[in-house]
Amino acid sequence: MTFNTFKRVVFTVLFLSVFSLGFAKDSKDGDADKAFNAKEMIMHHVKDAYGMHIIDINGQPISIPLPVILFTDNGLTTFMSSEFHHDYNGEVIVEKNGQRFVNVHEKIYQLNEGETAVMYDAEHHPTNAERPLDFSITRNVFMMWVSVVVLLLIFLTAARRYRKSGDYVPKGIASFVEPLVIFVRDEIGKPMIGEHKYKRFMPYLLTVFFFIWINNIFGLIPILNGANLSGNIAFTFALAFCTFLITTFSGNKNYWKHIFWMPGVPVPMKIFLMPIEIVGMFVKPISLMIRLFANITAGHIIILALMSLIFIFETVAVAPVSVAFSLFIGIIEIVVTAIQAYIFTVLSALYFGMATEEAH
Amino acid sequence: MDLITPDFGLVFWSLITFAILLIVLRKFAWKPILGAVEDREEGIRSALSSAENARKEMENLKADNERILQEARNEREAMLKDAREMKNKMISDAKDEAQAQASKMIEQAQVAIESEKKAAMAELKNHVASLSVDIAEKVVRQELSNKDKQLKLVEDMLGEATLN
Repeated sequence: MTFNTFKRVVFTVLFLSVFSLGFAKDSKDGDADKAFNAKEMIMHHVKDAYGMHIIDINGQPISIPLPVILFTDNGLTTFMSSEFHHDYNGEVIVEKNGQRFVNVHEKIYQLNEGETAVMYDAEHHPTNAERPLDFSITRNVFMMWVSVVVLLLIFLTAARRYRKSGDYVPKGIASFVEPLVIFVRDEIGKPMIGEHKYKRFMPYLLTVFFFIWINNIFGLIPILNGANLSGNIAFTFALAFCTFLITTFSGNKNYWKHIFWMPGVPVPMKIFLMPIEIVGMFVKPISLMIRLFANITAGHIIILALMSLIFIFETVAVAPVSVAFSLFIGIIEIVVTAIQAYIFTVLSALYFGMATEEAH
Repeated sequence: MDLITPDFGLVFWSLITFAILLIVLRKFAWKPILGAVEDREEGIRSALSSAENARKEMENLKADNERILQEARNEREAMLKDAREMKNKMISDAKDEAQAQASKMIEQAQVAIESEKKAAMAELKNHVASLSVDIAEKVVRQELSNKDKQLKLVEDMLGEATLN
């Protein structure tokens, strides 16, 4: 047991070192010809992108092309992200169905009728191009689907184990999954929602917990190169929106009474509290959204910033310090992956508990 | 600003993906896993309670056994006591009877002895009487052979009779 723990620690450390070096190498090669811009590199890593960039070899970027799906005035337009040839500065123009598209900092713009090059205003926003409705399979969407496949593999395999062995003894992957599932049930569902009503919300809580957790972990895996899905506000918005919907639709009489006509306080206080409670209804899921997004993105930014120090100071002497620090942060981040998934789930459960609480 | 603006496409895909994941996992993973866990917990609970029941029953049985044993012991004790009492009683009864018999026999013997003695006494008296008469006859015969003496005796007798 002790030996296994030791082995695991060693592997984690090795893994993290490779991961940190991967970032360093990537950023160096990518911007070798011009002055190193840490902010641009970090933002490029943290934000979404159209292709799945894996590595640069001899200054030649290798990436998995992903489909771009756009709804323009002329209808659906699709092409592969490789048609931009790794350009994200609006230089390569892709022509489809008589429409011209450019990639400006990983946002696709459609050039206005007759334009052949992007023009920028003072703040570097394109002036002669509009953003079409964009349903592209970006690298975040792609990684999300990979995570779904992994989740399904893990949990369907585990579930099959139960169905096969009639004696309900967890074996194999089920013995790994079961404590986590029981943890979500006994430490999140039961105490936050209550012994009698938690069952209805268990599928949501379990799914959200594992979905966030696995995507947090994927964000830390180096070869996936900043697939920062759970650090993307769109993703956290979608999940927080689900929590909001479930809270709102499972709210009972008591819950709505607490919002619109707070019991047990004088009438002026009731009137005063009503707007606060109504705002609170929305602030709760918004806080969920921002918490997860900010925590995960901050972790990525810190690690990348520490790595950038090497290139800002332009000396290898800083490397050990940078690697040591980002290793340290990386280990913390591994803990954070679970903590943030836990917090999101606990707070969701808490809101469900509030919505279904009976008058007392 | 770009960083904190939710991208519509990603929101869309996230919602779709999450909904599908939720539905699939709920049906094929969470239900069987949670169901199995609950079944097992229920099984453990019932096994524990039945074990507890068995323990209680065992205790009851043990108590019963103890009670029966105690009863048997008491009964044996009582029986032994009865037997001892009976024995003592028999012995004392026998003793009493023997005593009574003995005293009765002694009494009878005494009565017999008494009557024998009486008979013997009566016989002895008769014998002594006849003997005395014989002797007296012989003495009188001898005495009356002499005239003087005859007179004297009459005189004595007369004297005596007057005195009376």
